[in-house]
Amino acid sequence: MSDLLRLATAGSVDDGKSTLVGRLLYDTKSVLADQLDAVHRASVDKGLSTPDLSLLVDGLRSEREQGITIDVAYRYFATDKRTFVLADTPGHVQYTRNTVTGASTAELAVLLVDARKGVVEQTKRHAAVLALLGVPRLVLAVNKIDLVSYDEGTFEVIAKEFANHATTLGYPLGAVLAIPVSALVGDNVVERSANTPWYVGPTLLEHLETVPVEPDPHEAPFRFPVQYVIRPRTAEHLDYRGYAGQVNAGTVRPGDEVVVLPAGVRTTVTRVDTPDGELSEAVAGRSVTLLLADDIDISRGDVIASAAAPPELTDELSATLAWLADKPLRAGARVLVKSGARTVQAVVTELRTRFDEQKLATHDSPESLTLNEIGQVSLRMAEPLPVDRYTSHGRTGAFLVIDPADGTTLAAGLVGAPLPLLDKD
Amino acid sequence: MTATIPTALDSLGRLESEGIHIMREVAGEFDRPVILFSGGKDSTLLLHLAVKAFWPAPVPFPLLHVDTGHNFDEVIEFRDRVVERYGLRLVVAKVQDWIDDGRLTERPDGTRNPLQTVPLLDTITANRFDAVFGGGRRDEERARAKERIFSLRNAFGQWEPRRQRPELWNLYNGRHRPGEHVRVFPLSNWTELDVWRYIAREGIELPSIYYAHEREVYLRDGMWLAEGPWGGPRDGETLVRKTVRYRTVGDGSCTGAVESTATTLDEVIAEVGASRLTERGATRADDRLSEAAMEDRKREGYF
Repeated sequence: MSDLLRLATAGSVDDGKSTLVGRLLYDTKSVLADQLDAVHRASVDKGLSTPDLSLLVDGLRSEREQGITIDVAYRYFATDKRTFVLADTPGHVQYTRNTVTGASTAELAVLLVDARKGVVEQTKRHAAVLALLGVPRLVLAVNKIDLVSYDEGTFEVIAKEFANHATTLGYPLGAVLAIPVSALVGDNVVERSANTPWYVGPTLLEHLETVPVEPDPHEAPFRFPVQYVIRPRTAEHLDYRGYAGQVNAGTVRPGDEVVVLPAGVRTTVTRVDTPDGELSEAVAGRSVTLLLADDIDISRGDVIASAAAPPELTDELSATLAWLADKPLRAGARVLVKSGARTVQAVVTELRTRFDEQKLATHDSPESLTLNEIGQVSLRMAEPLPVDRYTSHGRTGAFLVIDPADGTTLAAGLVGAPLPLLDKD
Repeated sequence: MTATIPTALDSLGRLESEGIHIMREVAGEFDRPVILFSGGKDSTLLLHLAVKAFWPAPVPFPLLHVDTGHNFDEVIEFRDRVVERYGLRLVVAKVQDWIDDGRLTERPDGTRNPLQTVPLLDTITANRFDAVFGGGRRDEERARAKERIFSLRNAFGQWEPRRQRPELWNLYNGRHRPGEHVRVFPLSNWTELDVWRYIAREGIELPSIYYAHEREVYLRDGMWLAEGPWGGPRDGETLVRKTVRYRTVGDGSCTGAVESTATTLDEVIAEVGASRLTERGATRADDRLSEAAMEDRKREGYF
């Protein structure tokens, strides 16, 4: 079992996310004495009778003033079983882009709903984003269960509605778990609650400690964007010419046949180098330096890939965007696309569909994509890019859309149609 | 050699690979990067990652030290030795120079940590540095917990938390306009314990004050401060000899020592793991100024 779980929390305003995260930290004894003192002092100043645990995570002045979360807060805590990297993301619609930031690297997301309100618009928006990004597992935390008198029927209705929604978004049944919790009181967060005898599943922490984490797909074909060419030109390393990067997918071993893209030249890996010595194998996620058999012109942005199963090389891209900018996207927009270590100019030639994350339907040929909308587009690029479908490769199917004028990140881009409801291209 | 390196990545291996990836992105996308280097444990780790990222070629960045003048001798000696070992260029911005020519005024309380911001920004501008590596970690403080790995700063070096860019997957956006620069935090996802475990695993040398030693100290605001050019005990405060070590290294006037008998890495790791205080809470007077002390300093252009 992996010793590390990356998770994100999401939910709408006032669902109690920061309180839930504060409760997880507090009940796992991950809060240190000086942090707790600060929370006690601030809570007394605000006239509260019990400590406001959300103050542990809401780190910005304006967040504490407004009692909302504006930006992602990263928290690190550990139990005997696992280490956790937790991204606490904002609930406010305006800050959904920060939720996307927190979710893009998550292996599990905890989606909160208020037991009195059930599944709301923002729940569906977040679920769509999580499904699109391919976050493999979801927990629906039905919070404030104390405020509905721990009623099993209320919980069941919400859990069922959400399960149906998640299934339509492509989640298999076993990937979604609903848990009745009260972050304020602590029911079923770390400690099992006596108030919900009808609930027989794990507490939130028990689930987080034991849920299987999908291993990096070792059997996936090898992908390696070249970040930097290492040429020391010192007496000791006169002829050293190494290609530095991080394995994005698959594995690489000395002797592997590879192809360098976009040039399309084939060669063999002679060495997988690190300062600690040569490796017999490098897995996805490891930063290494590759040495090749042939002297080829390779520079930053090129991709070294499995010769047997190379990525597609194309200057026409069919992709899905999660639009994160205030200004809307219209057909004809000139943008930059950053994929791996390469940034190229591109034109959005067509807006093909807009995804309605509330009704789970697509609308053809939309006029525009606005903040927080998901849609399918066609892009034409100034140079061909080696790409994979996001659903099969993740990292090499992901790209940024950047505004060439001011450098703003405009959208999360995913090659292909990563949701079952989207039109196949 | 080959067989000794495990194939699978453990959590320290993941953090190391992430840090190296970030450093190589900066080398590939920026013209004039620089590493903030104080000789403290985090910046020493940062430099270690840079050495590994570009090996066997030399580190392609100079170092920048914003020197408050309130230093521990052991740290300056260590700094100079490290710079020489790797053959690097060191730029030193001395806060004293800014005070001497009137661009800065000494604070009534004598602490110089908040005075580092102006020399830092002036030096960034004068050298046209476009990417500035810092050793900041998200676990240190709750304003830092909100920081991106690539953090865009305007021409005044300011952090604007509401306008942070989305940061997606392992794709970093380093685009910036003339005059703007990007602060880069490769250790964002490390905890204090990760840092110490990695230092032990890699055998990284640190200044001796990180390990328990005897020192004359006096108690102020619940912290053990050392006497130095920045001043000493006031009325009612007395110097006592204690066995202490430092958990952080900063301006001598506001960095406290903790009572400790940990003289080895294993003992330090055991002590950090059992500590009931955060490292900044235990040792930094400047963070106690207000509830939003760190956020306010970051908005002004602090690290």
